[in-house]
Amino acid sequence: MPASIVRLPPEQLARAQAAYAAAIAAKRARLALGAVCLLIAIALAGVAGEVDLGKFLANIDRFPNYIRGLVPSLSWANLPADVAEWFWNLDEWLKQLADTLLIAYLGTLLGALGAFVLCFSACANLEHRGVVRFVARRFLEFCRTVPEIVFALLFVVAFGLGAMPGVLALAIHSMGALGKLFAEVVENIDMRPVEGATATGADRVETIRFAVLPQVMSNFTSYALLRFEINVRTAAVMGFVGAGGIGQDLMVAIRKFYYTDVSAILVLIIATVVVIDLVTEQIRHRLIGMERKP
Amino acid sequence: MSEPLGAQTGDGRRMVLRDGALHDIAALRARHPGVFAADWRRRAFVVGGIVAALALAGYGFWRLEFSFARLGSGIWQIAHIVGLMFPPSPAGRLPLYLNALAETLAIALIGTLVAAVLAFPVGFLAAKNVIPNVFAHFAVRRVLDVVRGVDVLIWALIFINVVGLGPFAGILAIAASDFGSFGKLFSEAIETADKKPIDGVVSAGGSPLHALRFALIPQVIPVIASQVLYYFESNTRSATIIGIVGAGGIGLHLAEQIRVLEWNVVAFLVLMILVTVAVIDALSGRLRFAIIGRAPVVV
Repeated sequence: MPASIVRLPPEQLARAQAAYAAAIAAKRARLALGAVCLLIAIALAGVAGEVDLGKFLANIDRFPNYIRGLVPSLSWANLPADVAEWFWNLDEWLKQLADTLLIAYLGTLLGALGAFVLCFSACANLEHRGVVRFVARRFLEFCRTVPEIVFALLFVVAFGLGAMPGVLALAIHSMGALGKLFAEVVENIDMRPVEGATATGADRVETIRFAVLPQVMSNFTSYALLRFEINVRTAAVMGFVGAGGIGQDLMVAIRKFYYTDVSAILVLIIATVVVIDLVTEQIRHRLIGMERKP
Repeated sequence: MSEPLGAQTGDGRRMVLRDGALHDIAALRARHPGVFAADWRRRAFVVGGIVAALALAGYGFWRLEFSFARLGSGIWQIAHIVGLMFPPSPAGRLPLYLNALAETLAIALIGTLVAAVLAFPVGFLAAKNVIPNVFAHFAVRRVLDVVRGVDVLIWALIFINVVGLGPFAGILAIAASDFGSFGKLFSEAIETADKKPIDGVVSAGGSPLHALRFALIPQVIPVIASQVLYYFESNTRSATIIGIVGAGGIGLHLAEQIRVLEWNVVAFLVLMILVTVAVIDALSGRLRFAIIGRAPVVV
Protein backbone atom coordinates (compact mmCIF):
# COMPACT_ATOMS: atom_id res chain seq x y z
CA MET A 1 0.00 0.00 0.00
CA PRO A 2 1.49 3.33 -0.97
CA ALA A 3 2.03 5.72 1.89
CA SER A 4 -0.03 8.85 1.74
CA ILE A 5 0.56 12.12 3.54
CA VAL A 6 -2.47 14.11 4.57
CA ARG A 7 -2.17 17.66 3.26
CA LEU A 8 -4.14 20.28 5.15
CA PRO A 9 -6.09 22.86 3.18
CA PRO A 10 -4.04 26.05 2.72
CA GLU A 11 -6.14 28.32 4.97
CA GLN A 12 -6.04 25.80 7.84
CA LEU A 13 -2.30 25.41 7.33
CA ALA A 14 -1.81 29.18 7.42
CA ARG A 15 -3.81 29.41 10.66
CA ALA A 16 -1.80 26.64 12.30
CA GLN A 17 1.46 28.22 11.20
CA ALA A 18 0.42 31.64 12.51
CA ALA A 19 -0.50 30.12 15.90
CA TYR A 20 2.83 28.28 16.02
CA ALA A 21 4.76 31.44 15.09
CA ALA A 22 2.92 33.44 17.78
CA ALA A 23 3.63 30.80 20.46
CA ILE A 24 7.30 30.65 19.51
CA ALA A 25 7.56 34.46 19.41
CA ALA A 26 6.07 34.72 22.92
CA LYS A 27 8.50 32.11 24.21
CA ARG A 28 11.44 33.85 22.55
CA ALA A 29 10.38 37.24 23.94
CA ARG A 30 10.23 35.77 27.47
CA LEU A 31 13.63 34.17 27.00
CA ALA A 32 15.10 37.44 25.67
CA LEU A 33 13.68 39.34 28.65
CA GLY A 34 15.24 36.82 31.05
CA ALA A 35 18.55 37.02 29.19
CA VAL A 36 18.58 40.83 29.37
CA CYS A 37 17.85 40.74 33.12
CA LEU A 38 20.63 38.21 33.62
CA LEU A 39 23.08 40.29 31.54
CA ILE A 40 22.28 43.43 33.55
CA ALA A 41 22.78 41.46 36.77
CA ILE A 42 26.11 40.13 35.49
CA ALA A 43 27.25 43.63 34.46
CA LEU A 44 26.34 45.04 37.89
CA ALA A 45 28.01 42.10 39.61
CA GLY A 46 31.10 42.59 37.44
CA VAL A 47 31.39 46.18 38.65
CA ALA A 48 30.76 45.24 42.30
CA GLY A 49 33.11 42.25 42.13
CA GLU A 50 35.94 44.30 40.57
CA VAL A 51 36.25 41.94 37.61
CA ASP A 52 39.01 43.18 35.31
CA LEU A 53 39.25 40.93 32.28
CA GLY A 54 42.32 42.74 30.92
CA LYS A 55 44.27 42.14 34.09
CA PHE A 56 42.99 38.57 34.21
CA LEU A 57 44.12 37.80 30.65
CA ALA A 58 47.48 39.51 31.20
CA ASN A 59 48.20 37.30 34.22
CA ILE A 60 46.56 34.12 32.99
CA ASP A 61 49.93 32.35 32.73
CA ARG A 62 50.12 32.29 36.53
CA PHE A 63 47.56 29.46 36.66
CA PRO A 64 49.65 26.83 34.86
CA ASN A 65 52.72 28.07 36.73
CA TYR A 66 51.01 27.59 40.06
CA ILE A 67 49.80 24.11 39.13
CA ARG A 68 53.27 23.22 37.85
CA GLY A 69 54.63 24.34 41.20
CA LEU A 70 52.25 22.00 43.01
CA VAL A 71 53.51 18.93 41.15
CA PRO A 72 56.46 17.41 43.02
CA SER A 73 59.54 16.29 41.12
CA LEU A 74 59.20 12.53 40.99
CA SER A 75 61.38 10.22 38.92
CA TRP A 76 60.91 6.55 38.16
CA ALA A 77 64.48 5.66 39.08
CA ASN A 78 64.26 7.15 42.52
CA LEU A 79 60.54 6.95 43.25
CA PRO A 80 60.45 5.88 46.95
CA ALA A 81 62.96 8.52 47.99
CA ASP A 82 61.15 11.22 45.98
CA VAL A 83 57.81 10.32 47.52
CA ALA A 84 59.42 10.29 50.96
CA GLU A 85 60.78 13.76 50.28
CA TRP A 86 57.41 14.97 49.04
CA PHE A 87 55.74 13.73 52.27
CA TRP A 88 58.71 14.75 54.43
CA ASN A 89 56.52 15.80 57.35
CA LEU A 90 54.16 12.83 57.14
CA ASP A 91 54.20 11.94 60.87
CA GLU A 92 53.17 15.42 61.93
CA TRP A 93 50.54 15.68 59.17
CA LEU A 94 49.02 12.32 60.07
CA LYS A 95 48.77 13.46 63.68
CA GLN A 96 47.01 16.63 62.57
CA LEU A 97 44.77 14.59 60.30
CA ALA A 98 43.82 12.33 63.24
CA ASP A 99 43.01 15.45 65.24
CA THR A 100 40.87 16.68 62.35
CA LEU A 101 38.94 13.40 62.28
CA LEU A 102 38.46 13.56 66.06
CA ILE A 103 37.18 17.15 65.78
CA ALA A 104 34.70 16.04 63.13
CA TYR A 105 33.68 13.01 65.23
CA LEU A 106 33.16 14.93 68.46
CA GLY A 107 31.38 17.77 66.64
CA THR A 108 29.03 15.29 64.98
CA LEU A 109 28.45 13.32 68.20
CA LEU A 110 27.68 16.38 70.33
CA GLY A 111 25.59 17.91 67.56
CA ALA A 112 23.62 14.67 67.08
CA LEU A 113 22.99 14.41 70.83
CA GLY A 114 21.71 18.00 70.94
CA ALA A 115 19.57 17.40 67.85
CA PHE A 116 18.22 14.18 69.39
CA VAL A 117 17.13 16.02 72.53
CA LEU A 118 15.57 18.92 70.62
CA CYS A 119 13.97 17.14 67.64
CA PHE A 120 11.04 15.76 69.66
CA SER A 121 10.13 19.32 70.64
CA ALA A 122 10.37 20.57 67.06
CA CYS A 123 8.04 18.07 65.36
CA ALA A 124 4.32 18.60 64.89
CA ASN A 125 3.07 15.12 65.82
CA LEU A 126 4.70 14.69 69.24
CA GLU A 127 4.80 18.30 70.45
CA HIS A 128 1.36 19.84 70.66
CA ARG A 129 2.37 23.06 72.44
CA GLY A 130 2.81 25.56 69.60
CA VAL A 131 5.08 27.88 71.58
CA VAL A 132 7.62 25.15 72.42
CA ARG A 133 7.64 24.00 68.81
CA PHE A 134 8.14 27.54 67.50
CA VAL A 135 11.03 28.25 69.88
CA ALA A 136 12.74 24.91 69.16
CA ARG A 137 12.42 25.37 65.39
CA ARG A 138 13.69 28.96 65.35
CA PHE A 139 16.61 28.00 67.58
CA LEU A 140 17.63 25.14 65.28
CA GLU A 141 17.24 27.44 62.27
CA PHE A 142 19.57 30.03 63.80
CA CYS A 143 22.16 27.34 64.58
CA ARG A 144 22.26 26.08 61.00
CA THR A 145 22.07 29.45 59.22
CA VAL A 146 25.15 31.01 60.85
CA PRO A 147 28.15 29.41 59.08
CA GLU A 148 30.27 27.16 61.32
CA ILE A 149 33.40 29.15 60.55
CA VAL A 150 31.77 32.28 62.03
CA PHE A 151 30.99 30.34 65.22
CA ALA A 152 34.59 29.11 65.17
CA LEU A 153 35.94 32.69 64.92
CA LEU A 154 33.78 33.72 67.87
CA PHE A 155 34.69 30.67 69.97
CA VAL A 156 38.40 31.14 69.32
CA VAL A 157 38.07 34.51 71.02
CA ALA A 158 36.06 33.05 73.92
CA PHE A 159 37.83 29.69 74.49
CA GLY A 160 41.30 30.44 73.13
CA LEU A 161 43.13 28.78 70.22
CA GLY A 162 42.93 25.00 69.82
CA ALA A 163 40.57 22.20 68.86
CA MET A 164 37.89 23.01 71.44
CA PRO A 165 36.34 26.00 69.61
CA GLY A 166 36.37 23.94 66.39
CA VAL A 167 34.49 21.06 68.01
CA LEU A 168 31.91 23.39 69.56
CA ALA A 169 31.38 25.30 66.31
CA LEU A 170 30.82 22.06 64.39
CA ALA A 171 28.54 20.77 67.16
CA ILE A 172 26.28 23.84 67.08
CA HIS A 173 25.99 23.88 63.30
CA SER A 174 25.42 20.09 63.16
CA MET A 175 22.77 20.37 65.87
CA GLY A 176 20.86 22.88 63.74
CA ALA A 177 21.12 20.87 60.55
CA LEU A 178 20.46 17.46 62.12
CA GLY A 179 17.67 18.76 64.38
CA LYS A 180 15.65 19.75 61.32
CA LEU A 181 16.25 16.41 59.57
CA PHE A 182 15.53 14.38 62.73
CA ALA A 183 12.28 16.29 63.30
CA GLU A 184 11.22 15.56 59.72
CA VAL A 185 11.92 11.84 60.26
CA VAL A 186 9.85 11.84 63.45
CA GLU A 187 7.00 13.63 61.65
CA ASN A 188 6.88 10.81 59.10
CA ILE A 189 6.56 7.91 61.56
CA ASP A 190 3.60 5.57 61.84
CA MET A 191 1.56 6.96 64.75
CA ARG A 192 -0.16 3.68 65.68
CA PRO A 193 2.65 2.42 67.96
CA VAL A 194 2.60 5.82 69.71
CA GLU A 195 -1.15 5.51 70.29
CA GLY A 196 -0.68 1.94 71.52
CA ALA A 197 2.01 2.99 74.00
CA THR A 198 -0.08 5.94 75.22
CA ALA A 199 -3.08 3.67 75.68
CA THR A 200 -1.12 1.44 78.06
CA GLY A 201 -0.27 4.47 80.20
CA ALA A 202 3.30 5.08 79.01
CA ASP A 203 4.70 8.54 79.75
CA ARG A 204 6.54 10.71 77.22
CA VAL A 205 9.97 9.14 77.67
CA GLU A 206 8.58 5.60 77.54
CA THR A 207 6.54 6.42 74.44
CA ILE A 208 9.63 7.77 72.68
CA ARG A 209 11.75 4.81 73.78
CA PHE A 210 9.36 2.01 72.78
CA ALA A 211 7.17 3.51 70.04
CA VAL A 212 9.28 6.14 68.27
CA LEU A 213 12.94 5.10 68.54
CA PRO A 214 12.57 1.68 66.85
CA GLN A 215 11.09 3.49 63.84
CA VAL A 216 13.61 6.32 63.54
CA MET A 217 16.95 5.03 64.83
CA SER A 218 18.29 3.78 61.49
CA ASN A 219 17.39 7.05 59.77
CA PHE A 220 18.91 9.10 62.58
CA THR A 221 22.17 7.15 62.32
CA SER A 222 22.21 7.48 58.57
CA TYR A 223 21.79 11.27 58.72
CA ALA A 224 24.43 11.55 61.46
CA LEU A 225 26.90 9.60 59.30
CA LEU A 226 26.15 11.88 56.33
CA ARG A 227 26.79 14.87 58.59
CA PHE A 228 30.07 13.27 59.69
CA GLU A 229 31.21 13.19 56.05
CA ILE A 230 30.41 16.91 55.70
CA ASN A 231 32.07 17.71 59.03
CA VAL A 232 35.32 15.99 58.03
CA ARG A 233 35.57 18.41 55.10
CA THR A 234 34.76 21.39 57.30
CA ALA A 235 37.08 20.31 60.12
CA ALA A 236 39.92 20.33 57.59
CA VAL A 237 39.52 24.12 57.20
CA MET A 238 38.81 24.96 60.85
CA GLY A 239 42.54 25.51 61.32
CA PHE A 240 42.31 28.55 59.00
CA VAL A 241 40.86 30.53 61.90
CA GLY A 242 42.94 28.79 64.59
CA ALA A 243 40.37 26.19 65.60
CA GLY A 244 42.58 23.09 65.36
CA GLY A 245 43.26 20.33 62.85
CA ILE A 246 45.28 20.11 59.66
CA GLY A 247 43.95 23.45 58.33
CA GLN A 248 46.63 25.31 60.26
CA ASP A 249 49.48 23.52 58.45
CA LEU A 250 47.69 23.84 55.12
CA MET A 251 47.21 27.58 55.54
CA VAL A 252 50.85 28.13 56.49
CA ALA A 253 51.97 26.07 53.47
CA ILE A 254 49.72 28.02 51.09
CA ARG A 255 50.57 31.45 52.49
CA LYS A 256 54.32 30.78 52.43
CA PHE A 257 54.28 29.24 48.94
CA TYR A 258 55.59 25.81 50.07
CA TYR A 259 54.17 24.39 46.84
CA THR A 260 54.85 20.67 47.30
CA ASP A 261 53.69 20.80 50.93
CA VAL A 262 50.38 22.20 49.71
CA SER A 263 49.91 19.34 47.27
CA ALA A 264 51.02 16.73 49.81
CA ILE A 265 48.51 17.95 52.43
CA LEU A 266 45.77 18.23 49.82
CA VAL A 267 46.45 14.65 48.70
CA LEU A 268 46.16 13.49 52.32
CA ILE A 269 42.93 15.41 52.89
CA ILE A 270 41.32 14.22 49.65
CA ALA A 271 42.34 10.60 50.33
CA THR A 272 40.88 10.80 53.84
CA VAL A 273 37.63 12.32 52.59
CA VAL A 274 37.29 9.64 49.90
CA VAL A 275 37.93 6.79 52.38
CA ILE A 276 35.47 8.24 54.92
CA ASP A 277 32.84 8.69 52.18
CA LEU A 278 33.23 5.07 51.04
CA VAL A 279 33.08 3.63 54.58
CA THR A 280 30.05 5.66 55.68
CA GLU A 281 28.28 4.88 52.41
CA GLN A 282 28.70 1.16 53.12
CA ILE A 283 27.34 1.55 56.65
CA ARG A 284 24.43 3.67 55.46
CA HIS A 285 23.45 1.14 52.81
CA ARG A 286 23.41 -1.53 55.50
CA LEU A 287 21.25 0.63 57.76
CA ILE A 288 18.77 1.23 54.96
CA GLY A 289 18.70 -2.53 54.38
CA MET A 290 17.96 -3.07 58.08
CA GLU A 291 15.09 -0.64 57.87
CA ARG A 292 13.40 -2.51 55.01
CA LYS A 293 13.28 -5.74 57.00
CA PRO A 294 10.11 -6.01 59.08
CA MET B 1 -6.87 -11.15 79.48
CA SER B 2 -9.67 -12.21 81.74
CA GLU B 3 -10.59 -8.88 83.41
CA PRO B 4 -12.69 -6.49 81.34
CA LEU B 5 -11.34 -2.97 80.71
CA GLY B 6 -12.00 -0.49 83.47
CA ALA B 7 -13.09 -3.08 86.05
CA GLN B 8 -12.84 -2.25 89.76
CA THR B 9 -10.01 -3.90 91.65
CA GLY B 10 -10.04 -4.92 95.28
CA ASP B 11 -8.55 -1.68 96.61
CA GLY B 12 -11.07 0.45 94.71
CA ARG B 13 -8.76 1.80 91.94
CA ARG B 14 -10.05 1.78 88.41
CA MET B 15 -8.21 -0.87 86.52
CA VAL B 16 -6.69 0.00 83.14
CA LEU B 17 -5.25 -2.24 80.46
CA ARG B 18 -1.74 -1.72 81.85
CA ASP B 19 -2.64 -2.91 85.34
CA GLY B 20 -4.40 -5.91 83.89
CA ALA B 21 -1.35 -6.81 81.85
CA LEU B 22 1.01 -6.30 84.82
CA HIS B 23 -1.26 -8.42 87.00
CA ASP B 24 -1.10 -11.24 84.52
CA ILE B 25 2.55 -10.82 83.59
CA ALA B 26 3.74 -14.32 84.52
CA ALA B 27 1.07 -15.98 82.40
CA LEU B 28 1.77 -13.59 79.52
CA ARG B 29 5.47 -14.49 79.65
CA ALA B 30 4.58 -18.17 79.57
CA ARG B 31 2.20 -17.75 76.64
CA HIS B 32 4.41 -15.53 74.45
CA PRO B 33 8.03 -16.53 75.10
CA GLY B 34 9.09 -15.17 71.68
CA VAL B 35 8.05 -11.61 72.48
CA PHE B 36 9.72 -11.51 75.89
CA ALA B 37 12.95 -13.35 75.01
CA ALA B 38 15.89 -10.96 75.00
CA ASP B 39 17.79 -10.82 71.73
CA TRP B 40 21.23 -10.97 73.35
CA ARG B 41 23.17 -10.66 70.11
CA ARG B 42 21.39 -7.48 69.17
CA ARG B 43 21.62 -6.10 72.68
CA ALA B 44 25.37 -6.80 72.84
CA PHE B 45 25.77 -5.11 69.46
CA VAL B 46 23.94 -1.97 70.58
CA VAL B 47 25.63 -1.77 74.00
CA GLY B 48 29.03 -2.48 72.45
CA GLY B 49 28.45 0.24 69.86
CA ILE B 50 27.52 2.80 72.49
CA VAL B 51 30.50 1.88 74.68
CA ALA B 52 32.89 2.12 71.71
CA ALA B 53 31.43 5.50 70.66
CA LEU B 54 31.78 6.88 74.20
CA ALA B 55 35.29 5.50 74.59
CA LEU B 56 36.35 7.18 71.34
CA ALA B 57 34.69 10.39 72.50
CA GLY B 58 36.55 10.20 75.82
CA TYR B 59 39.84 9.67 74.01
CA GLY B 60 39.02 12.60 71.73
CA PHE B 61 38.24 14.92 74.65
CA TRP B 62 41.52 13.92 76.29
CA ARG B 63 43.61 14.27 73.15
CA LEU B 64 42.12 17.59 72.06
CA GLU B 65 42.70 18.95 75.58
CA PHE B 66 39.16 19.67 76.63
CA SER B 67 38.85 20.93 80.17
CA PHE B 68 35.89 21.96 82.25
CA ALA B 69 37.81 25.00 83.49
CA ARG B 70 38.25 26.26 79.92
CA LEU B 71 34.68 25.37 79.05
CA GLY B 72 33.35 27.24 82.07
CA SER B 73 35.41 30.38 81.53
CA GLY B 74 34.62 30.28 77.79
CA ILE B 75 30.89 30.09 78.38
CA TRP B 76 31.19 32.98 80.84
CA GLN B 77 33.11 34.88 78.16
CA ILE B 78 30.43 34.13 75.55
CA ALA B 79 27.68 35.40 77.85
CA HIS B 80 29.71 38.56 78.28
CA ILE B 81 30.21 38.90 74.51
CA VAL B 82 26.52 38.35 73.76
CA GLY B 83 25.76 41.09 76.28
CA LEU B 84 28.09 43.45 74.42
CA MET B 85 26.38 42.64 71.08
CA PHE B 86 23.30 44.65 72.02
CA PRO B 87 22.33 46.92 70.50
CA PRO B 88 23.69 45.85 67.06
CA SER B 89 25.04 48.89 65.28
CA PRO B 90 27.03 49.55 62.09
CA ALA B 91 29.12 52.21 63.90
CA GLY B 92 28.59 54.70 61.07
CA ARG B 93 30.05 52.45 58.37
CA LEU B 94 26.76 51.31 56.83
CA PRO B 95 27.64 52.36 53.22
CA LEU B 96 30.90 50.40 53.45
CA TYR B 97 29.09 47.30 54.66
CA LEU B 98 26.33 47.57 52.06
CA ASN B 99 29.04 47.82 49.43
CA ALA B 100 30.70 44.69 50.83
CA LEU B 101 27.36 42.89 50.80
CA ALA B 102 26.90 43.80 47.11
CA GLU B 103 30.39 42.43 46.51
CA THR B 104 29.39 39.19 48.25
CA LEU B 105 26.33 38.79 46.04
CA ALA B 106 28.44 39.59 42.97
CA ILE B 107 30.94 36.89 43.95
CA ALA B 108 28.14 34.35 44.38
CA LEU B 109 26.42 35.24 41.08
CA ILE B 110 29.48 35.38 38.82
CA GLY B 111 31.13 32.40 40.51
CA THR B 112 28.03 30.23 40.07
CA LEU B 113 27.54 31.30 36.44
CA VAL B 114 31.19 30.73 35.49
CA ALA B 115 31.05 27.28 37.08
CA ALA B 116 27.83 26.44 35.24
CA VAL B 117 29.17 27.59 31.85
CA LEU B 118 32.40 25.61 32.30
CA ALA B 119 30.65 22.52 33.66
CA PHE B 120 27.97 22.36 30.94
CA PRO B 121 30.18 20.74 28.26
CA VAL B 122 31.95 18.61 30.88
CA GLY B 123 28.58 17.29 32.04
CA PHE B 124 28.06 15.85 28.54
CA LEU B 125 31.54 14.32 28.57
CA ALA B 126 30.81 12.62 31.89
CA ALA B 127 27.39 11.27 30.84
CA LYS B 128 27.28 7.58 29.88
CA ASN B 129 24.59 8.03 27.23
CA VAL B 130 26.50 10.75 25.34
CA ILE B 131 30.06 9.38 25.50
CA PRO B 132 29.68 5.61 25.82
CA ASN B 133 33.38 5.18 26.62
CA VAL B 134 33.91 3.74 30.11
CA PHE B 135 37.42 5.14 30.51
CA ALA B 136 36.55 8.71 29.48
CA HIS B 137 33.51 8.62 31.74
CA PHE B 138 35.50 7.23 34.69
CA ALA B 139 38.39 9.69 34.28
CA VAL B 140 36.16 12.77 34.02
CA ARG B 141 34.13 11.67 37.05
CA ARG B 142 37.25 11.15 39.20
CA VAL B 143 38.67 14.56 38.26
CA LEU B 144 35.33 16.13 39.22
CA ASP B 145 35.39 14.22 42.54
CA VAL B 146 38.83 15.62 43.38
CA VAL B 147 37.77 19.19 42.51
CA ARG B 148 34.66 18.73 44.65
CA GLY B 149 36.64 17.26 47.54
CA VAL B 150 38.61 20.48 48.06
CA ASP B 151 36.73 22.92 50.29
CA VAL B 152 35.84 26.37 48.94
CA LEU B 153 37.99 28.04 51.62
CA ILE B 154 41.03 26.08 50.41
CA TRP B 155 40.31 27.16 46.83
CA ALA B 156 40.02 30.75 48.09
CA LEU B 157 43.46 30.60 49.75
CA ILE B 158 45.00 29.10 46.61
CA PHE B 159 43.44 31.68 44.28
CA ILE B 160 44.58 34.50 46.56
CA ASN B 161 48.10 33.31 45.81
CA VAL B 162 47.38 33.25 42.09
CA VAL B 163 45.43 36.50 41.56
CA GLY B 164 46.00 38.40 44.82
CA LEU B 165 43.65 39.47 47.61
CA GLY B 166 40.17 40.66 46.67
CA PRO B 167 36.79 39.57 45.31
CA PHE B 168 38.21 38.14 42.10
CA ALA B 169 39.92 35.35 44.07
CA GLY B 170 36.54 34.68 45.69
CA ILE B 171 34.81 34.41 42.32
CA LEU B 172 37.40 31.90 41.11
CA ALA B 173 37.17 29.91 44.37
CA ILE B 174 33.38 29.59 44.10
CA ALA B 175 33.66 28.76 40.40
CA ALA B 176 36.28 26.06 41.05
CA SER B 177 34.47 24.30 43.86
CA ASP B 178 31.10 24.43 42.08
CA PHE B 179 32.59 23.24 38.83
CA GLY B 180 33.07 19.82 40.43
CA SER B 181 29.53 19.67 41.82
CA PHE B 182 27.90 20.94 38.64
CA GLY B 183 29.84 18.54 36.42
CA LYS B 184 28.50 15.61 38.43
CA LEU B 185 24.93 16.94 38.73
CA PHE B 186 24.68 17.90 35.06
CA SER B 187 25.96 14.53 33.91
CA GLU B 188 23.39 12.80 36.12
CA ALA B 189 20.62 15.01 34.73
CA ILE B 190 21.73 14.12 31.21
CA GLU B 191 21.88 10.40 31.99
CA THR B 192 18.33 10.35 33.35
CA ALA B 193 16.93 12.13 30.27
CA ASP B 194 14.28 10.28 28.27
CA LYS B 195 15.72 8.50 25.21
CA LYS B 196 12.56 8.61 23.07
CA PRO B 197 12.87 12.23 21.84
CA ILE B 198 16.42 11.38 20.68
CA ASP B 199 15.09 8.38 18.73
CA GLY B 200 12.47 10.66 17.22
CA VAL B 201 15.00 13.24 16.01
CA VAL B 202 17.34 10.56 14.66
CA SER B 203 14.51 8.73 12.85
CA ALA B 204 13.49 12.02 11.19
CA GLY B 205 17.01 12.21 9.75
CA GLY B 206 18.67 14.41 12.38
CA SER B 207 22.40 14.24 13.02
CA PRO B 208 23.73 13.48 16.53
CA LEU B 209 24.22 17.23 16.96
CA HIS B 210 20.55 17.80 16.10
CA ALA B 211 19.57 15.16 18.64
CA LEU B 212 21.63 16.97 21.25
CA ARG B 213 20.12 20.36 20.46
CA PHE B 214 16.47 19.43 19.91
CA ALA B 215 15.98 16.29 22.04
CA LEU B 216 18.48 16.30 24.91
CA ILE B 217 19.01 19.96 25.81
CA PRO B 218 15.30 20.91 26.09
CA GLN B 219 14.92 18.08 28.62
CA VAL B 220 17.89 18.95 30.80
CA ILE B 221 17.76 22.78 30.76
CA PRO B 222 14.98 23.15 33.39
CA VAL B 223 16.72 20.67 35.71
CA ILE B 224 20.07 22.41 35.26
CA ALA B 225 18.54 25.88 35.71
CA SER B 226 16.98 24.87 39.01
CA GLN B 227 20.26 23.35 40.19
CA VAL B 228 22.16 26.53 39.28
CA LEU B 229 19.65 28.63 41.23
CA TYR B 230 19.92 26.29 44.21
CA TYR B 231 23.69 26.61 44.17
CA PHE B 232 23.42 30.39 43.86
CA GLU B 233 21.47 30.30 47.14
CA SER B 234 24.03 28.16 48.89
CA ASN B 235 26.91 30.19 47.41
CA THR B 236 25.51 33.34 48.95
CA ARG B 237 26.31 31.64 52.25
CA SER B 238 29.76 30.49 51.09
CA ALA B 239 30.56 33.95 49.70
CA THR B 240 29.98 35.48 53.12
CA ILE B 241 32.69 33.31 54.67
CA ILE B 242 35.43 33.29 52.04
CA GLY B 243 36.17 36.90 52.99
CA ILE B 244 37.51 35.54 56.28
CA VAL B 245 40.65 34.35 54.46
CA GLY B 246 40.84 37.57 52.41
CA ALA B 247 38.85 36.79 49.26
CA GLY B 248 36.54 39.81 49.32
CA GLY B 249 33.00 40.40 50.47
CA ILE B 250 31.46 40.94 53.85
CA GLY B 251 33.39 38.13 55.57
CA LEU B 252 36.49 40.31 55.52
CA HIS B 253 34.77 42.94 57.68
CA LEU B 254 33.23 40.28 59.90
CA ALA B 255 36.61 38.68 60.67
CA GLU B 256 38.19 42.10 61.19
CA GLN B 257 35.50 43.28 63.62
CA ILE B 258 35.75 40.01 65.59
CA ARG B 259 39.52 40.52 65.85
CA VAL B 260 39.15 44.06 67.18
CA LEU B 261 36.32 42.92 69.50
CA GLU B 262 33.71 45.39 68.19
CA TRP B 263 30.86 43.10 69.20
CA ASN B 264 27.90 45.30 68.34
CA VAL B 265 29.24 45.70 64.78
CA VAL B 266 29.73 41.91 64.62
CA ALA B 267 26.09 41.39 65.63
CA PHE B 268 25.00 43.88 62.97
CA LEU B 269 27.02 42.13 60.26
CA VAL B 270 25.68 38.69 61.24
CA LEU B 271 22.12 40.03 61.12
CA MET B 272 22.81 41.58 57.71
CA ILE B 273 24.08 38.22 56.43
CA LEU B 274 21.10 36.31 57.83
CA VAL B 275 18.59 38.76 56.28
CA THR B 276 20.36 38.68 52.90
CA VAL B 277 20.48 34.89 52.86
CA ALA B 278 16.78 34.70 53.74
CA VAL B 279 15.85 37.20 51.00
CA ILE B 280 17.94 35.42 48.36
CA ASP B 281 16.47 32.04 49.42
CA ALA B 282 12.93 33.38 49.04
CA LEU B 283 13.58 35.04 45.65
CA SER B 284 15.43 32.14 44.12
CA GLY B 285 12.90 29.69 45.59
CA ARG B 286 10.11 31.50 43.71
CA LEU B 287 12.16 31.48 40.51
CA ARG B 288 12.81 27.76 40.91
CA PHE B 289 9.12 27.04 41.41
CA ALA B 290 8.40 29.02 38.24
CA ILE B 291 10.87 26.83 36.33
CA ILE B 292 10.20 23.31 37.61
CA GLY B 293 7.13 23.67 39.83
CA ARG B 294 7.16 22.50 43.43
CA ALA B 295 9.31 19.47 42.73
CA PRO B 296 12.40 19.22 44.96
CA VAL B 297 15.77 19.95 43.35
CA VAL B 298 17.86 16.85 42.70
CA VAL B 299 21.21 17.65 44.31
